[in-house]
Amino acid sequence: MRHLVSVLVQDNPGVLQRIAGLIARRGFNIESLAVGRTHQPGLSRISLVVSGDDAVLEQVEKQLNRLIEVIKVTDHSEPHVERELALVKVSIAGMEERLEVKDIAEAFRARIVDVAKKSIIFELTGDSTKVNNFVEAMRPYGLLEVMRTGAVGMSRGEQVLKVREKKAV
Amino acid sequence: MNGAAAILKALEMQGVDTIFGHPGGTIMPTYDALYDSPIRHILVRHEQAGVHAATAYARASGRVGVCMATSGPGALNLVTGLQDALMDSTPVVALTGNVPQHLIGTDAFQEADVVGITQPVTKHNFQVRNVNDIPRVIAEAFYIASTGRPGPVLIDFPKDVQQAEFTGSFDVEIDLPGYKPTYKGHPRQIERALEALQKAEKPVLMVGGGALNAAPEIVALAEKTGIPVIPTLMGLGVFPGTHPQCLGMPGMHGSVAANRAIHHADTILAIGLRFDDRVTGKVSRFAPHAHTIIHVDIDPAEIGKLVKTTIPVVGDAKWVAAELVKGAQKLNLSKWWAQLEDWKTKHPFAWKPKPHLQSQEVIQAFWEATQGKAVVTSGVGQHQMFAAQFYKFDAPRSWINSGGLGTMGVGLPFAIGAALARPGELVIDFDGDGSFQMTLQELATLKKHNLNVKIVILNNGFLGMVRQWQDLFHAKRYSEVYLADSNPDFAKLAEAYGIRGITLTDKAKLHETVKEVLAHPGPVLLEARVYHEEGVFPMIPSGGAAEDMIIENPRETVAGD
Repeated sequence: MRHLVSVLVQDNPGVLQRIAGLIARRGFNIESLAVGRTHQPGLSRISLVVSGDDAVLEQVEKQLNRLIEVIKVTDHSEPHVERELALVKVSIAGMEERLEVKDIAEAFRARIVDVAKKSIIFELTGDSTKVNNFVEAMRPYGLLEVMRTGAVGMSRGEQVLKVREKKAV
Repeated sequence: MNGAAAILKALEMQGVDTIFGHPGGTIMPTYDALYDSPIRHILVRHEQAGVHAATAYARASGRVGVCMATSGPGALNLVTGLQDALMDSTPVVALTGNVPQHLIGTDAFQEADVVGITQPVTKHNFQVRNVNDIPRVIAEAFYIASTGRPGPVLIDFPKDVQQAEFTGSFDVEIDLPGYKPTYKGHPRQIERALEALQKAEKPVLMVGGGALNAAPEIVALAEKTGIPVIPTLMGLGVFPGTHPQCLGMPGMHGSVAANRAIHHADTILAIGLRFDDRVTGKVSRFAPHAHTIIHVDIDPAEIGKLVKTTIPVVGDAKWVAAELVKGAQKLNLSKWWAQLEDWKTKHPFAWKPKPHLQSQEVIQAFWEATQGKAVVTSGVGQHQMFAAQFYKFDAPRSWINSGGLGTMGVGLPFAIGAALARPGELVIDFDGDGSFQMTLQELATLKKHNLNVKIVILNNGFLGMVRQWQDLFHAKRYSEVYLADSNPDFAKLAEAYGIRGITLTDKAKLHETVKEVLAHPGPVLLEARVYHEEGVFPMIPSGGAAEDMIIENPRETVAGD
């Protein structure tokens, strides 16, 4: 079972190393990992995709929560938006192929970001399936390079990942 | 004031009175400041001993243990001890020097990525890059080490930070938005636990090292309900070993009564333990009749990690146990106890008398002579298991050993740390000839401080535990476990350090020798030359279950000894 997990962390030096290290050490299978800053200074948000049953997911969340710099961990089992960015460089033999490739790209709403004599680079966003399908559609033309970011995600509606209020212990 | 002086002042503010350490190039500014500090420094002969001594200091006292090392090799020598403290949830703060910041990452002399290397072996670690952060980081380190599930925290100080002028404030606020341990267990879960206990016909209460502070509440709970208690290796002393309701420790070398009780129990209440594989054996065959497992732990990640929990309670052992005492009632367990008593009487920890001196009788003799009034440490191996089996621990913090990591060589540094934490008390280190030789240089530290430590080396001339496994599982192919042909004369070795050394070979002189050891003021090393083929039994083979327990040495049974 594939799970998208969001982790809100303090963006101290080395925090990514801690998280990646923990995941590797504990033997969890990680499919992708993406990190970026949030709108709040000092806080970064990590999206990671893990595969495993409920027990594995529970341990991933609990072990992440043990890290001092991890503020909040959420598994997106609820309706959520998920996106991945891909850059795909396709080789082009002639004019006919160029038109075919452009048609396919349009169907996927991929943008052309570079055109050269014998290649085109497309930029595509979408969930992993959409990116997979695009890559497969381009494969017959000759994939030169594929670069994908990890998946990022956010719950739909008003639910947000935030710092808990201080509570007395 | 420079950074180094600020480090020491901040430590003082945390109540630190003792640091175990070894100086070196990059920590020298702090050693220089130590010259003017009221904090006592114990110079160990190897950094590993420093972190072990700090660990024992913490376990024996209930306070945070502190150790210090220089960069690179010094810091790396802490790694084993940090993992040892992590596995056994001990509050330790380790301070390391590092090369100046402009040299970090350049492969400078004695540089190592200490923060990266120690991430997996600490609860958390820091590198201080701004001198004015020193008081806050030290306060946070002590807070993290000592709260929630305790553990080791390392702080790395680049040399230039120690040398820089401190202009900050010591009045700091701890702000760790991601760290909020839960102390109070959920009331509904506690209620469910009490309901389950009330219905139990064959309950057991298992207590581990996480329940050290909850000893009075555990005793009250056991006595109010009448439930049998099984303290784990790390929990020995949490419940008095001589109490009639104590079944002894469970697991690989646990008692028959404890292991059978768990196997037949319908309800298990586990407080402050983590179901280590040495306790459970094969998890799928652990406690097959227990329809209810209540697990109380302050670390949510431990609950359900290995054993499926019916009623999870995240909270502090002392707090939850006190709540359980309030709601608990007397249970009618006469049938259960009839069974338990039968197992207890038929299969106590025992040994077959031989003409040779035996480890078990040496430990038993020390227990009788001290009436259990000592802080006991051990190395790792057969002697450790014999000590756990034959010395009865009645008080918490009276048994200090390496449970989770099984670190050979901890016995002597643990004894030094415990003796400094509990001045005026007797400390006995039961050690093995193999284990002792991993840190024997600390005889120098022991001599220097003239601590009341009695080292009892149970010398069987072998790496006994490995030999036992080779005997049982490797067709007696004794690969690289023989030590007797090159062991030192341990008594003479002690004498070389200026410590009283005694050798015991004659079984008949056991009791008078024990008396002599205990009567001698200050440190003594007793080398007891014991029977060399002894095995630790009962034994559940690795990966087995309670039903697979080997109660007596099969070799001896076959031989009709």
